[in-house]
Amino acid sequence: MNLTLKIWRQKNAQDKGKMVDYQISDVSGDMSFLEMLDVLNEDLNNKGEEPVAFDHDCREGICGMCSLFINGEAHGPDRGVTTCQLHMRKFKDGDTIYIEPFRAKAFPVIKDLVVDRTAFDRIQHAGGFISVNTSGNTQDANAIPIEKDNADKAFDAATCIGCGACVASCKNASAMLFVSAKVSQFALLPQGQVEATDRVLNMVSKMDEEGFGACTNTGACEVECPKGISLENIARMNREYLVASLK
Amino acid sequence: MALDSKTPNGSVADKWTNHKNKINLVNPANKRNIDVIVVGTGLAGGSAAATLAELGYNVKAFCFQDSPRRAHSIAAQGGINAAKNYQGDGDSSYRLFYDTVKGGDYRAREANVYRLAELSANIIDQCVAQGVPLAREYGGLLDNRSFGGVLVSRTFYAKGQTGQQLLLGAYSAMNRQIGRGKIKMYNRHEMLDLVKVDGKARGIIARDLVTGAIERHSAHAVVIASGGYGNVFFLSTNAMGSNATAAWKVHKKGAYFANPCYTQIHPTCIPVSGDHQSKLTLMSESLRNDGRIWVPKNIEDAQAIREGRLKPTQLKEEDRDYYLERRYPSFGNLVPRDVASRAAKERCDAGYGVNKTGEAVYLDFASAIMRYGKEQANIKGLNADDDALVKKLGTEVIANKYGNLFQMYEKIVDENPYETPMMIYPAVHYTMGGVWVDYNLMTTVEGCYAIGEANFSDHGANRLGASALMQGLADGYFVLPYTIGDYLAQDIRTGKISTDLPEFEEAEKNVRTQLERFINNNGTHSVDYFHKRLGKIMWNKVGMARNAQGLNEAIEEIAALREEFYNDVKVPGTMDGFNQELEKAMRVADFLELGELFAKDALHRNESCGGHFREEYQTEEGEAQRDDENFAYVAAWEYKGKPSDAVLHKEELEFNDVKLVQRSYK
Repeated sequence: MNLTLKIWRQKNAQDKGKMVDYQISDVSGDMSFLEMLDVLNEDLNNKGEEPVAFDHDCREGICGMCSLFINGEAHGPDRGVTTCQLHMRKFKDGDTIYIEPFRAKAFPVIKDLVVDRTAFDRIQHAGGFISVNTSGNTQDANAIPIEKDNADKAFDAATCIGCGACVASCKNASAMLFVSAKVSQFALLPQGQVEATDRVLNMVSKMDEEGFGACTNTGACEVECPKGISLENIARMNREYLVASLK
Repeated sequence: MALDSKTPNGSVADKWTNHKNKINLVNPANKRNIDVIVVGTGLAGGSAAATLAELGYNVKAFCFQDSPRRAHSIAAQGGINAAKNYQGDGDSSYRLFYDTVKGGDYRAREANVYRLAELSANIIDQCVAQGVPLAREYGGLLDNRSFGGVLVSRTFYAKGQTGQQLLLGAYSAMNRQIGRGKIKMYNRHEMLDLVKVDGKARGIIARDLVTGAIERHSAHAVVIASGGYGNVFFLSTNAMGSNATAAWKVHKKGAYFANPCYTQIHPTCIPVSGDHQSKLTLMSESLRNDGRIWVPKNIEDAQAIREGRLKPTQLKEEDRDYYLERRYPSFGNLVPRDVASRAAKERCDAGYGVNKTGEAVYLDFASAIMRYGKEQANIKGLNADDDALVKKLGTEVIANKYGNLFQMYEKIVDENPYETPMMIYPAVHYTMGGVWVDYNLMTTVEGCYAIGEANFSDHGANRLGASALMQGLADGYFVLPYTIGDYLAQDIRTGKISTDLPEFEEAEKNVRTQLERFINNNGTHSVDYFHKRLGKIMWNKVGMARNAQGLNEAIEEIAALREEFYNDVKVPGTMDGFNQELEKAMRVADFLELGELFAKDALHRNESCGGHFREEYQTEEGEAQRDDENFAYVAAWEYKGKPSDAVLHKEELEFNDVKLVQRSYK
């Protein structure tokens, strides 16, 4: 395949940034999207130009490091995958592909396609945990039976990889899907009950403070989420929040 | 220096308890005056940082990713072992210990392995208390499954994302301490040197990967939890950023590096598709619980499949060679990883491979789908003779167990594994070698510790499935926090360590010189160009099977490649900002040294054991031939300027509780 790439280039957070055109040839359908960018970068490198900076690490869809807004969609046109799992067979010879960073006020650009997503970490510091000592002196794991259905739902919420696609896809740059996934995981487990009130209040307040927008139930986050985190979690968080606010 | 493992006396089952009772403690008020640096925030580093902070120490944690939640432990799929005996199938600490020592081909330190087995049950309790959603049965109790190399069901799991859930558990424990201000987290930072003052580890030089700033960080102890070095092969299942730098830098500062040649080749990876390949993807070993591995029995059929003239589903049962079930009837498809990997290579080398390059075997779920389907039909009172219905019901069961893995396979290969068997081939996965540590997990540099995959201690020459997560968490949550106190108890009067000391200045200068050298080099080839060439040498001559001739060649070729790299590598951009090529150059420079030591270690070990297979040393049946008389030791290498000059030190291994026998899975 021969492709035209229109890629956002931005030297650093202060730089204005602009779209730059690149041509790439001999792209095979078996390549992942990031491998295609590797080939482009090798080429740029050989020509003495600076390669395009982009975030990536595990390249098997689980670390949540890769990002990229591809043709107007977080992680590109395929559903239920991260950019590292997107393969070039999803594109056609002669296509033009727009590649941009995950844009949001709370995700400032570091360079080119790389953004700073540490706001997510700071929300977690505000309550994304169960306060238990790590000494191992806890009760036997089977002493807390958990209904399979709840355990499975908690697991589904816990599979969030923190990539930020939800924020990038939301017209308000809201982090509700991300935060609600964490709140839900603990809300569904008996271990999480003790701190439930503080957790949801603190995490939501931190989310607002970090500059994420409000949720208007558009649902784009769920559509673009590579892990299929459900909007149900937002409903559950709203309920948790309401109950906590009334206490 | 003679190696002292500091293994406590007494029976193997009592060693850890006795040791803990005698260990020096640090008063809580004094812990506040002590700083500890933790490099790496995966299962080992994350759990260590959280626990040390909770105990009261001031922790500075470093990771090269943008968040500790991204550490590559997150990619572990299958599960974590624990001798809970919830299934009542006869499991015990001793059995887990025994399986691990045997699985590692009797090249691990007995006392460490027993401690690991002993602590395994606590890990599950701890994680569940933290809200890690492990798989449950309908009764609300925890579910288990079975892994390679064992005959009991002791593996706890969370679908195919166990590593993710356990890592997020450790990360949440860290978050709690970061929120309290007890951990200072340094994201997007890379450790580039260890600083020693009066022979003791007293800090590190790190580079802020965003601003390019070179920073000095001091502490009373330094913990290396930076994972393994599988990326020395370029293609591996490791994350792209996984590197050897932190471990290699402490080696260059006096920490011995042990058993570098012990590398695990994992049998169930998705085969390589072309030259563009950047990384390999693993399919969890848990698939071997239900998948049957085979190649065509007749070489003509294999040829026809490779050329696309024949589909695997068209091949009759009697024309298939289920070679693991044939060779190892008692363990079958669940033989350990080294055995399964070699058996796949043997078949493919003999011409029975099933993909275009002839480097793949089948992992087939058809019979499992029918078996589960029949069971479901019976449970639901439906017609168990209706093949279409049975297949549908069976597919649902398989999808529940392995759905995400099947989906991942389909995305990558573009074939539906429910309809046609998966193709798999072995790939570099985990490194059992690493920084040498004593029983307290301290390296040969005082005050410098290594935990998790970064150390060498618990897996011997081969790691059994679901044991990596166990070691990472045991080291981080339960071992290091005790043993480090023993050392730090002498440091309560030391006070803050100044970063103005000449040792910091010198280390910083060296780091700066190396960075400048790359930026100003102006060669003609990219970093990846050299890394890929190193990988080819490693895979072809130091890979799944090795011989003396190939190893000698590899040693020379790597040394020559290293020279070429320094003369001809091109790193664009500047060093005072975000520069991913520069990051890679620093890492590949270390791989180019480590690779040579790796080959040297493999050459000196004139035996086959676990993940180290020397073609000259095999039984008539093609199994690994150990030499316990001459090689029952840990090979710990001392740095002397360049890998070819490294000096070998031996830690003789003693086995009092396990009798050394030829491993058999027949």
